[in-house]
Amino acid sequence: MNGGRLRSVAAVVGLSIQEGVRRRVFLAVLVLTAGFLALYGLGAHFAFRDVDEFAAGEPKILDAHAFTGATIFGMAMFATLFLGAVLAVFLTLGVVRGDAESGLLQPIVVRPIGRTTMLLARFGGAAALSAAYVVAVYLAAYAITRATGDWSPDHLLGPALGLALGVAIIAALSLLASTVLSVTAQGIVVFMVFGAGLIAGLLAQIGNAINSDSLHTIGRVASWALPFEGLYSASLHALISGTSGLTGVVLQLGPFGGSEAAGPDLILWSFAYLLGVLALAAFVFSRRDL
Amino acid sequence: MAPVLAVKELNKRYGKQEALAGIDLEVGAGQLVGLLGPNGAGKSTLTKIACGLVRPSGGSVEVLGQPAGSPQARAALGYLAELFRFPGWCTADELLRFHQRLVGSAGGGAERRELLDLVDLAAAAGKRVEAMSKGMQQRLGVAQALIGSPQLLLLDEPTSALDPVGRRIVRQLLEELRRRDVAVLLNSHLLSEVELICDHVAIISGGKLVKAGTPQELAGPGAVEVETESGVKTFEGAVREDAPRIVAELVAAGERVYRVEVRHSSLEDVYLEAVGGETG
Repeated sequence: MNGGRLRSVAAVVGLSIQEGVRRRVFLAVLVLTAGFLALYGLGAHFAFRDVDEFAAGEPKILDAHAFTGATIFGMAMFATLFLGAVLAVFLTLGVVRGDAESGLLQPIVVRPIGRTTMLLARFGGAAALSAAYVVAVYLAAYAITRATGDWSPDHLLGPALGLALGVAIIAALSLLASTVLSVTAQGIVVFMVFGAGLIAGLLAQIGNAINSDSLHTIGRVASWALPFEGLYSASLHALISGTSGLTGVVLQLGPFGGSEAAGPDLILWSFAYLLGVLALAAFVFSRRDL
Repeated sequence: MAPVLAVKELNKRYGKQEALAGIDLEVGAGQLVGLLGPNGAGKSTLTKIACGLVRPSGGSVEVLGQPAGSPQARAALGYLAELFRFPGWCTADELLRFHQRLVGSAGGGAERRELLDLVDLAAAAGKRVEAMSKGMQQRLGVAQALIGSPQLLLLDEPTSALDPVGRRIVRQLLEELRRRDVAVLLNSHLLSEVELICDHVAIISGGKLVKAGTPQELAGPGAVEVETESGVKTFEGAVREDAPRIVAELVAAGERVYRVEVRHSSLEDVYLEAVGGETG
């Protein structure tokens, strides 16, 4: 990428960030996230305290403390992915068709920046912010879990990176949707795709619990078709991959059922998927009359 | 000298609808060309093809010899759309700064001040777009299109939201651009404005170029109208210099003359005749 294009990309990303600051989007996100983390801290504190009281004096067949830590942190991770997905979708809302219909896009794309670079700049900005956001919230939730219950996941950074890649994929899907759909339709479609991925994960979890190959297969296929779900599932698995014994078994039957380790295939597929979605978005955008 | 904008046999179809059907048009350096036509005639489509927003179905459009839509062509032009919107939270100065970065203009604050001054918005540099009137936004749009000193300016209805003072500002600006050798293609419904400032006029109707020429060529010779005792006599094709002779001949023939009027065929007459009363 030459200096001119780089400067244009920086200008577009800078404008998006400036808008976020000026419109107080980031402030609202910050305040709401602080609220979420405060509630999470309160919940984690009471969960650990009550479980420790409840399990005191009982024979230690199940590590109730570890079970509680993994469960609430897994839930925090789900909330983090959801918030990250919301941010990714809103940062890419109406980027192509919506902005073209309102007349915001034309003055920008007639400049030498070009359509593909503009699209990649918008993706880069949205993906970077969303990814940084989920990593920050994940680490904050981890710090709270550690402080309130002295519990740590078996792997710390892998799940954070999995979530970050997951929201980047959601941002790319949202951008692709923006090339053909109006703003409202784009939002609805992307959230429905996100929900479909999570439901597929839930099906895999149920399939795992009742030992149904069909449900498990559906979950696996959905994980590959919508890799953000596969990455989330793998991130969930990484939290407890080293937990063995009855605690590990119970976690697999319960909230972590259906989660699977991310092999190199999933990671490679996720990157290829991301590039494929961006290439398709750029192609559709390049053919579009504005 | 090669034209700044060269349109050759340009076609555009939207499904079965033909928006442009073989348009030929050229705009040279320092030339101000007015593009007229009823709504839906294809004026905006032509302008959008010239700046790469719409892909042609056939024919070619070149900007300084480069295909329209190519990075080199886009770098040479400035554009103001008929329906445009700028981020409401941006100030006028921030918007121009953003476009300077997109174009790679090294003009800095001096260029921004000069452009805001040209469109009479110097005092509104720190004003947010959302706090501006539609007319101010349109003038800001003209300033935005001039960032980076383009050699070709494509303006689609740039004065539609302006009051008479705003229109005069834009008119003076366009005259200044002509002095600076900038080529301008101006889409407008305001015939009087086009007649006043354009060197060349092209009238499009139903996607076809139906008339083109200088405003004087298009307006034609007009007529001399004389009111006499026996009624009103019209001498088609006669000009102002013919009036004394006509009157002398009528008086010599025993007519009593009450009124003499030299009539010009206005651009409006030519336009209405060319488009056949069509409206979009």
